[in-house]
Amino acid sequence: MSELAQSALPGARYEGFVTVTEAGLRGMITLRGDLSAMAGAVKDATGCAVPALRRVEASDGKAVAWMSPDELLILCDYADAPGLAASLARALEGQFATVANVSDARAVFTLTGAQTGDALAKLCPVDFGTLRTGDIRRTRAAQVAAAIWVSGEGEMTLVCFRSVAQYMFDLLSRAAAPGSEPRLYA
Amino acid sequence: MSHRLATGGRLIDRARDVKFTFNGKHMKGHAGDTLAASLLANGQTLLGRSFKYHRPRGIVASGAEEPNALVGLGKGDRYEPNQRVTTTEVFDGLSAETQNHWPSLDFDLLAVNSLVPQFLTAGFYYKTFLRPRAFWKHVYEPIIRKSAGLGKAPAHDARDPDRYEQLYAFCDVLVIGGGIAGLQAALSAAEAGARVALWEQTAHWGGRAPVDGVTIDGQDADTWIAATVARLEGMDNVHLRLRCMGAGLHDHGYVLGYERVSDHAPNIDAPRHRLWRMRAGQIVTATGAIERPLSFAGNDLPGVMLASAVRDYVVNYAVAPGQSVVVVTNNDDAYRTAIALRRAGIGVPAVVDARAEANGPLVAEARAAGITVLTGKGIRKVKGGRRVTGVEICRIDSKGTAFTEVFDCDAVAMSGGWSPVVHLWSHCGGKLLWDDAHHFFRPDANRPPLGVDGTGFVTVCGAANGDLGAVLHGAHDAGVVAAKATGATGNAPTPATDNAPDMVPMDAVWMMPRNAEYDLRMKMWLDYQNDVKVSDVQLAAREGYQSVEHTKRYTTLGMATDQGKLSNINGLAILSDALGQPIPATGTTTFRPPYTPISIGAIAGEATGSTFQPLRRSPLQDWHEQNGADPEPVGHWRRPYTFLRAGEDRHKAVNREVTNARTNIGLLDASTLGKILVSGPDAGRFMDMLYTNMMSNLKPGKCRYGLMCNENGFLMDDGVVARLSEDAFLVHTTSGGADHVHGWMEDWLQCEWWDWKVHTVNLTEQYAQIAVVGPKARQLLERLGGMNVSADALKFMEWTDGKLGGFDARVFRISFSGELSFEIAVPASQGRAFWNKLLAEGADLGVMPYGTEALHILRAEKGFIMIGDETDGTVIPQDLNLNWAISKKKDDFLGKRGMEREAMIHPDRWKLVGLETLDGSVLPHGALAVTGGKNANKQAETEGRVTSTYYSATLKRGIAMALVRFGPDRMGEVLEFAGPNDARIKARIVDPVLYDKEGAKQNV
Repeated sequence: MSELAQSALPGARYEGFVTVTEAGLRGMITLRGDLSAMAGAVKDATGCAVPALRRVEASDGKAVAWMSPDELLILCDYADAPGLAASLARALEGQFATVANVSDARAVFTLTGAQTGDALAKLCPVDFGTLRTGDIRRTRAAQVAAAIWVSGEGEMTLVCFRSVAQYMFDLLSRAAAPGSEPRLYA
Repeated sequence: MSHRLATGGRLIDRARDVKFTFNGKHMKGHAGDTLAASLLANGQTLLGRSFKYHRPRGIVASGAEEPNALVGLGKGDRYEPNQRVTTTEVFDGLSAETQNHWPSLDFDLLAVNSLVPQFLTAGFYYKTFLRPRAFWKHVYEPIIRKSAGLGKAPAHDARDPDRYEQLYAFCDVLVIGGGIAGLQAALSAAEAGARVALWEQTAHWGGRAPVDGVTIDGQDADTWIAATVARLEGMDNVHLRLRCMGAGLHDHGYVLGYERVSDHAPNIDAPRHRLWRMRAGQIVTATGAIERPLSFAGNDLPGVMLASAVRDYVVNYAVAPGQSVVVVTNNDDAYRTAIALRRAGIGVPAVVDARAEANGPLVAEARAAGITVLTGKGIRKVKGGRRVTGVEICRIDSKGTAFTEVFDCDAVAMSGGWSPVVHLWSHCGGKLLWDDAHHFFRPDANRPPLGVDGTGFVTVCGAANGDLGAVLHGAHDAGVVAAKATGATGNAPTPATDNAPDMVPMDAVWMMPRNAEYDLRMKMWLDYQNDVKVSDVQLAAREGYQSVEHTKRYTTLGMATDQGKLSNINGLAILSDALGQPIPATGTTTFRPPYTPISIGAIAGEATGSTFQPLRRSPLQDWHEQNGADPEPVGHWRRPYTFLRAGEDRHKAVNREVTNARTNIGLLDASTLGKILVSGPDAGRFMDMLYTNMMSNLKPGKCRYGLMCNENGFLMDDGVVARLSEDAFLVHTTSGGADHVHGWMEDWLQCEWWDWKVHTVNLTEQYAQIAVVGPKARQLLERLGGMNVSADALKFMEWTDGKLGGFDARVFRISFSGELSFEIAVPASQGRAFWNKLLAEGADLGVMPYGTEALHILRAEKGFIMIGDETDGTVIPQDLNLNWAISKKKDDFLGKRGMEREAMIHPDRWKLVGLETLDGSVLPHGALAVTGGKNANKQAETEGRVTSTYYSATLKRGIAMALVRFGPDRMGEVLEFAGPNDARIKARIVDPVLYDKEGAKQNV
């Protein structure tokens, strides 16, 4: 029934000194366990190596993000997530590992522009000046949890819980309002 | 008459006029002026009335330390009281109103307070208003409120329309203060390779050096400042901010900065203030020094100013604070003012120097310019009413009974020496030394604020370090030391050399004249803003106050909005003298952030309006809002309390929903329930610890209700657990408890049972969960098709998953209503489509959504408890007769030992019962059962309290649950509950299960 699936804020978009767009549904799978022991299964499922500390590995439409010393987040197409989760669970059978499809628990926003760090620095206690493409931070945006990674040149991707998508969109829009550029990083 | 000088004014742009109003009067200044400079240029010296005595007051200072010249800025929604004119940059359209006078600034009736100062001495509050008691509320307080205080709060319905924001930032070295010392420290730290941030609270770099005539490498200071700023701006590793004050210095190099982004230009589209939340590896404070007033009679009259402020106005703004200015000092520095005044063509009748001799180079320069210097003298008193008209001079060592000379003048420039701004150094525990040569406290480099590794993370340079002469080499060293401490390895070249004239040491003068008699002492102001005088501090000492902290609070010295920036040292010197001890023995009061007041808007940051707090939205929230949902807060969710239809009130709507669920089908959005996956080989063992009952023996495919307690045995959460597989459980928690329970699980797993093989994943938001409740529920599910939900295939307390109506669904056959009931979880993104499908397919079956109130009533009719109603953090499961859910087989579970404590097994504990009012009415929430007797405190004795109370649409009467002493043993007994207006409501104790006791309805 994934054709009936709807992301939290379909089509939401704000253009300020940074453009904020709700990115639609993304497949996301939480993987917990011994990262090195899971490396083979991760590689087979995604084509990606286990990422280093606070890094994201990407390959052919899939990505794997470091979340904690015993947790990864696998990113894929929304429709592929249940199948990918099931095959990972099979591959990891017998290991102390947990696989959970969390695609629906999340909202995803894309921030684009030269000053994404300047907008996010108003909300997140992160040193955006030191982030490079492929770096990820688990942090907070104002009062809610968020994960943010540099997904490309002039682009950041932010993931939060689905229920606070509206709050997050309002926060990001406010932070990107023209005239409020802090000119900290760019 | 304009007091603007014909030439000069290094910070103003004479070509640009700025128009503003002061108490409604139109005035003109120049771009670059502070409001203080503009007001002085317009000849406005009277700017307010003092706190207690309503004495006329004018500008004393030229910066953040100003105690007197506070005004209300802006109008209506933008009105803001207590703004210092000395730190307000003037702009077109600015509107300022004076404060604390009645009826007008020039004619203030409350100035009569000044005629009876004996009633308002130190501690008058404590002494005067004790009796008669009723007078406080009806007489004293209204009068004090009218007479005391500064600006008024904005109107109650005013709403600040401006934007505020916060900014997280990081650096290796943060330099606070952009005078020449701060600039040099930042440059040296940056050249050494550190990532540097530099903040300056004013709109200009360079601080006092240009005004004081400092030369650097033979050039004037302005030249060096411009070149240095340009260099810093060109460096990638440096970030500069003007109008950004270091407000507070905290542990771990955390510094709050207060940037006034657009106060000076309110028409630009920008935030008004920005609160910086900086993490710095090392901090250099280059915060300068503040000049001290001298304590002589009448030192608070408009026209008496700090000597440094006088020359600031002359040099920076080309404004003459007076046409004839007497300078009074105990040090060489004030001679700069005399020289600057003379250079600007302003009369200087005399410099009155308290020292027996005055021979420094600056003194010589003043004498050479023809200025009269009187030594060994002081001001006996200032003459004048609403402003200075002259001064009487006396011998400094006299009692001041007679004057030796009299000068006519319209301003007095005073200098009692300098106090390094040690606030930021002190915020986080940096210690101070008393410097006997200069008579000030300065930072003790050997006892800095300490970081996590036990080493200092703050260094200090320039005047903030007590260096009143050359500062650049010291600042260079501070910058390099800080940079190296953060791992920088580069070399900073030797700095330029600043040239400062030699200064002959000052004399300590804490009172002028030194042996002044009482009538003079009671006119010597220490704290201008709170009206505290020399005589007040001396009185406090006589009354037994010894601790500087106690004296501060008793006299209110230093407790005003300026936090004693001018009065602190003078006040504790007077106290030390009165106590007969040296100043360091008295010590200072505590320096607390912020350095000057910061706006509440900046503290709130983004947390206003729609981003005040996160409101969590269920996947069905849009539907709810479009269909009459009347919301109620549950945690950060806003769940529908009921769905109002046209013409209905809440009560009617709730009754309709309850009746429909009992007769047709009710739909409940249960998506907010916590859903936590617990998996791993040790999951069963972990579940047995979390729950009071046994969970490890639950079979896959089955559900079980369970109770969670904290370590003390108190009930914390409850819900249904589904066993997904041999090593995985799905834990359902209450809506408000999900995050707490998840944190609680991780706490135990990470801190106590770190070697157990258990993972938890919070899946609360992964699913939209919908309860389909009522006698026709199965019929609806069968219509959707795809899954066998017959009584045999899916028994009560079982779950299954598969396709239901084409949706990926997990169906739990559980009931919190007593009806046949299924809770169906589908992926959250498909929740809305599934909900629509249920509504469409069930339309002819009478499907109808219900809200949380109907949920509560349905469960209360069945006697099911609710966390937060029947529990309040002091209730154990046994209180609720839930002994059946407490395992006796398990060795341990969280709360087991807590429940065994004496108070928990005491027979006297109030226990759960049901209630039926005799008259069928609904008991008030939380109503207490009263015995008619009195307790030990002579209050009404109670024997129970209502925990839940509702009108039951099913039973057509008021029902309730209550905790009652010996409750279950008192079935049938009638209790009296206290209602409003002393009403007594009779209710009979009954079994809490009031509806379908045998459970036939849910078991079909």
